[in-house]
Amino acid sequence: MASKNFRVLPGFRLTLGYTLLYLSLIVLIPLAGVFVKTSTLSWEQFWHIVTAPRALASYRLSFGASFLAALVNVFFGIMVAWVLVRYEFFGKKIVDALVDIPFALPTAVAGITLTALYVPNGWIGQLLAPMGVQVAFTQLGVFIALTFIGLPFIVRTVQPVLEDFDPEIEEAAASLGANRWQTFRRVILPMLFPAMLTGFSLAFARALGEYGSVIFIAGNMPGKTEITPLLIATKLDQFDYAGATALAVVMLVGSFAILLTVNLLQWRSSRHLARV
Amino acid sequence: MAQQPSPRAGLIDMGDTTTFFRDTRHEPHRRATAEAPWVRRLLITGALSFLGIFLGMPLVSVFAEGLKKGLGFNFHTFLDPQTLSAIKLTFIVAGISVPLNCVFGVAAAWAITKFDFRGKNLLITLIDLPFSVSPVIAGLIYVLLFGAPGPFGTWLSDHNLKIIFAVPGIVLATTFVTFPFVARELIPLMQAQGRTEEEAARVLGASGWQTFWRVTLPNIKWGLLYGVILCNARAMGEFGAVSVVSSHIRGETITIPLQIEILYNDYNTAGAFALASLLAFLGLVTLVLKTWIERKKAAALRAAEMDLIT
Repeated sequence: MASKNFRVLPGFRLTLGYTLLYLSLIVLIPLAGVFVKTSTLSWEQFWHIVTAPRALASYRLSFGASFLAALVNVFFGIMVAWVLVRYEFFGKKIVDALVDIPFALPTAVAGITLTALYVPNGWIGQLLAPMGVQVAFTQLGVFIALTFIGLPFIVRTVQPVLEDFDPEIEEAAASLGANRWQTFRRVILPMLFPAMLTGFSLAFARALGEYGSVIFIAGNMPGKTEITPLLIATKLDQFDYAGATALAVVMLVGSFAILLTVNLLQWRSSRHLARV
Repeated sequence: MAQQPSPRAGLIDMGDTTTFFRDTRHEPHRRATAEAPWVRRLLITGALSFLGIFLGMPLVSVFAEGLKKGLGFNFHTFLDPQTLSAIKLTFIVAGISVPLNCVFGVAAAWAITKFDFRGKNLLITLIDLPFSVSPVIAGLIYVLLFGAPGPFGTWLSDHNLKIIFAVPGIVLATTFVTFPFVARELIPLMQAQGRTEEEAARVLGASGWQTFWRVTLPNIKWGLLYGVILCNARAMGEFGAVSVVSSHIRGETITIPLQIEILYNDYNTAGAFALASLLAFLGLVTLVLKTWIERKKAAALRAAEMDLIT
């Protein structure tokens, strides 16, 4: 054996081989099947399916509500992370652990619970009903469910960055005459930006594909409160495999494009930070 | 972590000269890098209100609804033969998916962290892929592969084998959605721990397996357990992917989350919430275990960093 290729630790071929085999069998080959199946459709057929009014309405709702929910989560997620890292208050450790509830609560459980809370005679719904606000079985309900499942992504990506923050940077800003708000806006926020972006994209991608927590509260009216994953499931139920697959391709390409864009943005902003 | 600022930290005692400008002796001093008390109170109130409404209320509500009819009703619901078989199937599915992904996670982390090869970053990205795929699509891909019109459809039906709309399909879909949990937990941990300990063991004459069992495994046990617990929680609670590949035959291809949906759609809201509170309880146990292991894991990571310094 050439000394260049000599490895002290054993098992390279075994573990890498197994990793690639298992990855291919469980993930790559089945996923590739989606694209193979779509290629059996002609371009016109594909276009006809993915631009049907019902499909377009579902993209608008899925992408729109996911985007808004992720945006709201960025705002409150940073606030929660900030409070958990910087301040002391009673019950902080418990609050910190509770942030992960959306990860720990199965989506179907979250779905029926949120519905029970927001129906007009539910705990929150009865407060909103007199104001004429209806959440359950409307697009607002979809937004609420997606906000619920997305929150931990932002908090958990921003929190470690804030924890490792060098206090000297803020001291320098203060000694140069910046007030607290200026320091936050001009110094802290730009440094949090890459983590914010990661959290945003994770929450956005998760919300796009979310199914269980949404379908109970959404009401699922075609063209109004029907999310794209539900439309895919409905087509499958009717054994319309080609239709379901075409929509799946749109969703997959959409969420990969988001992750790619965010990775590029992040790469640029981290390069920018490194230059400063 | 925020420290309580000492009142005069960073200030030069200027004696009485400060009174020349303004008598600040009775005002509490605030560090230049701390927020005004009202800002702090506002932020804490804002954050806690948001968490209370969006996370706290659902958690309290699931148990309030789930225990409304008393524990006796809950046990009655759990002992219903259909529900019982759903509970059994959930344990079987998790019992297969979790060990599969656990073995994969260890193998992948070993290959990625103990060796250098090209395309490593691509491999890590591909391992994370299932997290960015909708659960519904996770179910769909197996329907396309093993369903009647798929490439294996005819062969499977000729041999009287069923994957889709049967238990193997549920296991596959669950394995897909929980695929990255163990691997993505172990990769950063083993990267931080490095290779020196294993190399030392090998040089001292340990075999590959001995090195793994006696050196690596004790080092990664908390990270491994952490990944397994998250993987298990998701496996038991998965709804979308399982819903697509299940035939929805009561008592046969129904897991707990699917049974919750069935009870809910049957207008048996009390029964649905009784079962939901069982899963929510499992979720809380997961959270407690997770928080406990996080501390152990942090300690292991610190120990690894100390080793690197010394």
